[in-house]
Amino acid sequence: MKDGATRDGYGAALIELGASNPDVVVLDSGVSDSSRTKPFGKEYPERFFNMGISEGDMVCTAAGLATTGKIPFATTFACFLLGRSMDQILVSVAYSNTNVKLAGTHSGIAVGEDGPSAQMIVDMAYTRAIPNMIVVQPADWEEARQATHVLADYKGPAYLRLGRGKLKGLYDASHKFEIGKGHVLKKGKNVVIFATGGLVQESLQAMEALQKENITPTLVNISTIKPIDSDLIIKLARENGAVITAEDHNKYGGLGDAVGEVLLENNIHVPFKKVAVQDQFAETGTAAQLYEKYGLSANHVAKAVKEILQQK
Amino acid sequence: MEGTTTATDEISKLEEIALEIRRTSLRTIHRAGSGHPGGSLSSADIVTDLFFGGVLKYDPKNPNDPDRDRFLLSKGHASGLYFTTLAKAGFFPEKELESYRKINSPLFLSGHAHPKTPGVEIASGSLGQGLSVAHGIALGARLDKRNYKVYVILGDGELQEGQIWEAAMSAAKFKSTNLIAIVDYNKVCQDNITKDLKDLEPLEDKWRAFGWDTYRIDGHNMQEIHQTLKIPPHPDKPRVIIADTIKGKGVSFMEGQTGWHGVAPSDEDLAKALKELQ
Repeated sequence: MKDGATRDGYGAALIELGASNPDVVVLDSGVSDSSRTKPFGKEYPERFFNMGISEGDMVCTAAGLATTGKIPFATTFACFLLGRSMDQILVSVAYSNTNVKLAGTHSGIAVGEDGPSAQMIVDMAYTRAIPNMIVVQPADWEEARQATHVLADYKGPAYLRLGRGKLKGLYDASHKFEIGKGHVLKKGKNVVIFATGGLVQESLQAMEALQKENITPTLVNISTIKPIDSDLIIKLARENGAVITAEDHNKYGGLGDAVGEVLLENNIHVPFKKVAVQDQFAETGTAAQLYEKYGLSANHVAKAVKEILQQK
Repeated sequence: MEGTTTATDEISKLEEIALEIRRTSLRTIHRAGSGHPGGSLSSADIVTDLFFGGVLKYDPKNPNDPDRDRFLLSKGHASGLYFTTLAKAGFFPEKELESYRKINSPLFLSGHAHPKTPGVEIASGSLGQGLSVAHGIALGARLDKRNYKVYVILGDGELQEGQIWEAAMSAAKFKSTNLIAIVDYNKVCQDNITKDLKDLEPLEDKWRAFGWDTYRIDGHNMQEIHQTLKIPPHPDKPRVIIADTIKGKGVSFMEGQTGWHGVAPSDEDLAKALKELQ
């Protein structure tokens, strides 16, 4: 199991795809060092388009390339990719249904010191709301690598939400990432945590601490936010009787709402709590400091578990 | 001078086609009860030469031919003209135009075009995106070592969108010589005349400064349009043709008027217009 940032797993997959799939092309908006597309550009310069700092142009150029049968991965920081290009994504990608993969790196408040203008906390809300768009957020290096391969094979628009910080390896090559499938990491009882991205790791740490108090939640990695794994959510919510969601995203429009919708639409009325950014902009600081201060750390997940168990 | 005679015949034939396209476009917009006549009439001569003057290589029986030349209408509101032209070019029967802007339109003849309609490459409706998309297609041609060209019509008001200039820089950077942008410079936007809304001048200087092979023509002179569109590509620059046009061209009471941007003609207006377009 390899430790590393999901953006690094993405970059590694692009290099592999460069060799295995001649239709894969990569676009960037002038951050190819940070977004990890640069190695692909070195290896396959004719298939790499650095569009400069112009995200809308990049997204539409990707859409044009897609109409010629290419599989473009349009890549930049999540805040600029979605923030600058929502209209282009709606019209030239989603409505036109072009086979464009949007890879947003540096998502969430985990970006850290660059501050709230660089901390994208509304991207899952944006992308979930777009028809034809699927939304994927891997939980470690290996899952990011696999998800990139799977999205290259998937025909249609997709948003791949990636992070800056190094994460502990959860999976090896025997893991099989599948679009729309959650993955049960720990089977426990009384409460189920549906977590995504870096919050899977925080949840795992929380569970180590809770174990000492004989509290053993079920933990699920939800790496496809849309289409979400409704069957698994329904089954585990019923079995466990209480639900927590955990994400580095604003509390509105992300994983929490996606899971909440499944529960309500299926008449599952159980205690429900969201671990998420509480509808505010964070500040500068290290990722760990921000997770602690803004309610996303392992401590907060553990606290949420204890609180929800008291509601049962 | 046999050659000149033939050329003159060809030009007058194209002028006839342009008139017919103007008439059908107005009838189509009139029948729909909504649409954009002004910007359809200003682009009509350019579009006519592209489709019927032997400029675009296309096969309406095989609209997805990978070697076809691409045509994009970035000023997507001129869809009345776009669909009329595609029908006349044989992409679908002209009868389909009856469903323009109507619910359950079998070929999805929407207020702004979508690729569900045969002959349409990409959705439009949000100004400023078409040049980037066209450039992406041009890059795709290069990767596939195909020789097709990509033509995109931009509105003048659309040049107020920043993305146009992002794309202009990109196409120059990548030396995309197979990309040809045509500006329908009709001087009028929805709200106001372009000059007062936000002036584009000096427009040729702007494109030249952005690294484009720049031409300026009379966008209603078929001879000039035809000759300019036939010029072989520049060795290392993308090309822009700034076509001076008149919004509502051909219909005296529509010409140069902001009021005819997005209003369908009444029965009476249509009758008057059709009489002028003979």
